[in-house]
Amino acid sequence: MVSHMKILIVEDDLEAAAYLSKAFREAGIVSDHASDGESGLFMASENSYDALVIDRMLPRRDGLSVITELRARGIHTPVLILSALGQVDDRVTGLRAGGDDYLPKPYAFNELLARIEVLGRRKGAPEQDMVYRVGDLELDRLSHTVKRQGRELLLQPREFRLLEYLMKNAGQVVTRTMLLENVWDYHFDPQTNVIDVHVSRLRAKIEKDFDQPLLRTVRGAGYMIKDEPRVEGRAEA
Amino acid sequence: MSRVGILMRTTAVRLSALYLVLFSLCAAFLVFYVTGMSQRLLDQQTKDAVSAEVSQIEAIYGRAGINGLLRTLERRARQPGAALYVIAGPTGEILAGNVASLQPGLLDKEGWTDEAFAYQRYTDENGKDRHVALAHVLFLDNGLRVLVGRDLQEPEKFRVLVRQALMVALGVMGIGALIIWFAIGRNALKRIDRMSDASTRIMAGDLSQRLPMSGSGDEFDRLSESLNAMLGRIEKLNEGLRQVSDNIAHDLKTPLTRLRNKAEAALSHNTSIDGYRGSMDEIINESDQLIRTFNALLMISRVEAGSSAAEMSEVDLSQSVADCVELYEPLADEHALALEAAVEPGISVTGNRELIGQALGNLIDNAIKYSEGATDPRILVRLFRRDGAAVVSVADFGPGVPDDKREVVVQRFVRLDQSRSKPGTGLGLSLVEAVMELHHGSLALGSTRPEAEGAKGLTTEMVFPQGPT
Repeated sequence: MVSHMKILIVEDDLEAAAYLSKAFREAGIVSDHASDGESGLFMASENSYDALVIDRMLPRRDGLSVITELRARGIHTPVLILSALGQVDDRVTGLRAGGDDYLPKPYAFNELLARIEVLGRRKGAPEQDMVYRVGDLELDRLSHTVKRQGRELLLQPREFRLLEYLMKNAGQVVTRTMLLENVWDYHFDPQTNVIDVHVSRLRAKIEKDFDQPLLRTVRGAGYMIKDEPRVEGRAEA
Repeated sequence: MSRVGILMRTTAVRLSALYLVLFSLCAAFLVFYVTGMSQRLLDQQTKDAVSAEVSQIEAIYGRAGINGLLRTLERRARQPGAALYVIAGPTGEILAGNVASLQPGLLDKEGWTDEAFAYQRYTDENGKDRHVALAHVLFLDNGLRVLVGRDLQEPEKFRVLVRQALMVALGVMGIGALIIWFAIGRNALKRIDRMSDASTRIMAGDLSQRLPMSGSGDEFDRLSESLNAMLGRIEKLNEGLRQVSDNIAHDLKTPLTRLRNKAEAALSHNTSIDGYRGSMDEIINESDQLIRTFNALLMISRVEAGSSAAEMSEVDLSQSVADCVELYEPLADEHALALEAAVEPGISVTGNRELIGQALGNLIDNAIKYSEGATDPRILVRLFRRDGAAVVSVADFGPGVPDDKREVVVQRFVRLDQSRSKPGTGLGLSLVEAVMELHHGSLALGSTRPEAEGAKGLTTEMVFPQGPT
């Protein structure tokens, strides 16, 4: 499945930018590159992108000011901020400046890819949908019920939110940190496999007694919910 | 600038100069007021005496006639003293009394002389002595004029004396003020010099230096005290920074070396794609661990750098603890441990939710990791109030930490021997401690069952002193 996504990478480290372009191309994402803040601002204003990857520290104009300026010009392309700075407070300033997501350096490319895919598709995301469906699994956001093949499954509130987030991004990889951020609202590194344990509990509930697996572990990246029996590329059952 | 020039610019000197001016003005006022007042008092006394004598004379004249009056005045005029008596004819020529000559025209008007006047006595030698007097003139019905007065020499002497005494006193005080002014200014300057000397040494790089204190508890001491406290803080931060770089040198180089060795080994030994793949996986895992350690280190130093590094807000501690327990419960379950929570509702503190969550996460994660061989497969997480403080405690029933090691395990990269085989950065408790310090609280380590033999278990407590709000 080719995503036809087009993104802009604003990064002053040419080697890193070249690596990112290549890796995104292999994942089916077309990317442009700007090597400083001013040209990044210009390109993002002149062209239409699905998402922007902006390094926080850039020559000629720093990343945050690029985002602030874009937002002031009424351009609301989703932005992911890359930063070598680090932690909690830094993330807050980044998001406050108008960024949509934040990834500290160094990062795993899979993490960046998963976040960009979620960001880029946000435009068409069925935010208003009250019922999410993946195959024969159905999640009702209003009545907080989950059914598979018409049979109701009993989930804990947190398991419900976990499944909700996975189904909202059905067909896309979500990483462990994305789950911790969106389901638990924590942005630290839990150091252990806490998330994996939660996911396997959830998996047991939605897959036990059913033939068709839905929730896949994507090696080296995270999880994905999808109703196709076979997944191409880097995912495996 | 010269020494005196510097001295002139000190606050003490400026203040004393101001005081000196104010004091001189007051003293001058005092001199004039006192002399003026005593003059008036003496004048009044003189006038009263004269008035009394005048009415006496009138009475004698009425009773004994002119002869009686003359006798009386002659007798009185011969007595030594300050009294003045004159009997003059209608044209003003002096007939009797103890006065040789008078200011002319003085006897033309009845009543008090307008002001003090000059006169000469018979006893004066060749009119050299000048006398000043105040007098009352009386016209008798036979045309004679009688003058009764008092010499003003004595009051005048007294007035001059008072003025002189005050002037001398003022002069002495002025000189005293100058001396005190100089001494205070010089003393202040000396202490300032000592402080700036110490500052210079500190600036030169010796952060262990402190500003001198005299022990008197005065304003200089108070200033030195707060500056010393500031220096202490700077020294501690500096020490922390140095420790971090030491740690980076020691504990990051080791995994880096491992990483490099693995890459080298992969290059020299592997021949198959699968072999390379396996090596690459290992290398990625190793670098992830490195990144993790690095992040934790950075985080600790940023948290330690102080409150500016993290946003503080009202945190629902009850909710945070419940969330954390919920997050780690399945993990504990997988380790065959029961994670039990007893959370008092409605406790909140001012803090950073992320950091508190991460700190508590670290404690629970530790408890799960080190519950191996626990006598009781449980971990208790409690939130409660104690002496106005909010306390989050995590208790396990594992082997625990020996009393003498409790200080040590909180330090960076310290891992007790038995835990070396477990995954971890050795920074978990350091981070918790830094987070608690940021919240003006503390991290306490104790035994879950201090009386037990063998596995005593470890209880860690995060104490938030501001307590429930």
